[in-house]
Amino acid sequence: MAGNSQEYISHHLTNLTYGKLPAGYVRQNEDGSTVELTEATWTMAHGGEEAAAMGFNAVHVDSLGWSFGLGALIMFLFWRMAKKASTGVPSGMLNFVEMIVEFIDNTVKESFHGRSKIVAPLALTIFTWVFMMNFMDLIPVDVLPAIFGAMGVGYMKVVPSTDVNVTLGMALFVFALMIFYSIKIKGIGGFVGELTLHPFNVKNPVVQALFIPVNFFLESIALIAKPISLGLRLFGNMYAGEMIFILIALMFSAGAALGLMAGVLQWAWAVFHILVITLQAFIFMMLTIVYLSMAHEDH
Amino acid sequence: MNINLTLIGQIITFAIFVAFCMKFVWPHLLGAMQEREKKIADGLDAANRAARDLELAQKEAAGKLREAKEQAAEIIEQANKRANQIVDDAKETARTEGERIVAAAQGEIEQEANRAKEALRKQVSELAVAGAAKILGKSVDASAHDELLNTLAEEL
Repeated sequence: MAGNSQEYISHHLTNLTYGKLPAGYVRQNEDGSTVELTEATWTMAHGGEEAAAMGFNAVHVDSLGWSFGLGALIMFLFWRMAKKASTGVPSGMLNFVEMIVEFIDNTVKESFHGRSKIVAPLALTIFTWVFMMNFMDLIPVDVLPAIFGAMGVGYMKVVPSTDVNVTLGMALFVFALMIFYSIKIKGIGGFVGELTLHPFNVKNPVVQALFIPVNFFLESIALIAKPISLGLRLFGNMYAGEMIFILIALMFSAGAALGLMAGVLQWAWAVFHILVITLQAFIFMMLTIVYLSMAHEDH
Repeated sequence: MNINLTLIGQIITFAIFVAFCMKFVWPHLLGAMQEREKKIADGLDAANRAARDLELAQKEAAGKLREAKEQAAEIIEQANKRANQIVDDAKETARTEGERIVAAAQGEIEQEANRAKEALRKQVSELAVAGAAKILGKSVDASAHDELLNTLAEEL
C-alpha cells in the first residue's frame, strides 16, 4: 500500500514531458530490457527519471497545452463578447464579462496612477487566465488523468499553475515589463540611480561612492525578489492545494469509512479552494499592477 | 519541478495573450461601456430636462387658466352692471313718462273742470237774470244790466 501510495502521488506530480535525452542515456523499456541511446534524441519521457535527465531541454506538454488552451478559451470568450458589446442593453454573458472588466478597470485606476495602455489589459489577462488555470484544481484529481490514460497518455498534470515553469514564466514576463517601463520612463540613468542611490543616500560624493555597492546589492535583491516571490507564491499555493486534493483522493481507496470522510473533506477543501483560486488570481494581478506602478513612478 | 523550456513557452504564450487582449478585447469592451455610460447619462439629463419643461408648461397653463377665469368674471360683472343700468334707465324713463301722462291728465281734468265751471257760471247768471226778470215783471234790459250781471257771474 505504501509503495502504491507513493507511486500514485508521484504519478500525479509528473508532467507529460517532451524533451531531448542526452547521448549515452540508458532507457529502460517496459519489459525490463535496456537500450542505450547512441545520440541525443528528442522524445516523450517515460516517467520522471527520464524527464529529469532531459534537463532544460524539455517541454511540459500538459502544462503548456492546458495553459494555452485555457488562455485561448477565455480570450476567445472575451473577444466574442467584445465584438457583441454595443451601447445597447447588455445581456447574459456580456453582463458578466463587463462586470469583470469594470472591476479590473477600477482596481487599475485605484492602484496605477500613470497612463498606460498595457496595464489594464495585462491585469485582465492575468486575472482571467490565472483564475482559469487555478480552476482546473477543482476538477477531481483523477478525472482528466484517467481519461487521458485511457487514450494512452501516461502522464497528465492538468493544473498549469502547479507547474513552477508556468508561474515563473508569467512572473518573468511581468519582470521584463517592469524593467522595460523603468528604463522607458526614468531613462537608463534614472533606473541605475534607483538601484545605486537608495536606500543609503548622502550628500558627500566620496561616502556615496562607498555606499553604491551596498545599495546596489540591497536594491538588486529587492528587485529580483519581486518576480521570484510573485511566481513562487502562486506556485506554492496551488501546488499545496493540489497536493491536499491528491492526499484526499488517496483516502478513497482505503475503505468505506475513510472513503466517506474523504468525500466530506474533498467537498470542504474544494469549497475553501474556490476562495483560494480567486484570491491567488487577484493577488497575482494586484501585485503586477503595483510593480508596474512602481516602475512608472519617477522620483 | 524542473525548470525547463516550458518557462520560455509560457512567457511567449503570455505575451501573445496580453497582446491579443490589448488589441482586440480591452479597447472594444471598455469603449462600448464608456459610450453606453455616456448615453445613459445623456438620457437621464434629457429626462430631467423634459420633466422640468413639463413642470414649467403646467405652471404656465395654470396661470393662463386663472387669467381666463379672471377675465370671464370681469366680463360677467360688467354685463351685470350694464344690465342693472339698463333696468334703472328703463325704470327712470317709465317713471318720468308716467308722471308726464299723469300731469297731462290732471291738466286736462282741470281744463275740463274750468270749462264746466264757466258753463255753470254762465247758466247761473242767465238763470239769475231770468229769475230777476220774472221777479221784476219785466224783462230786464240785458244790455242795461249787463255789467251788473257780469259782476255777479264773476262772483259766483
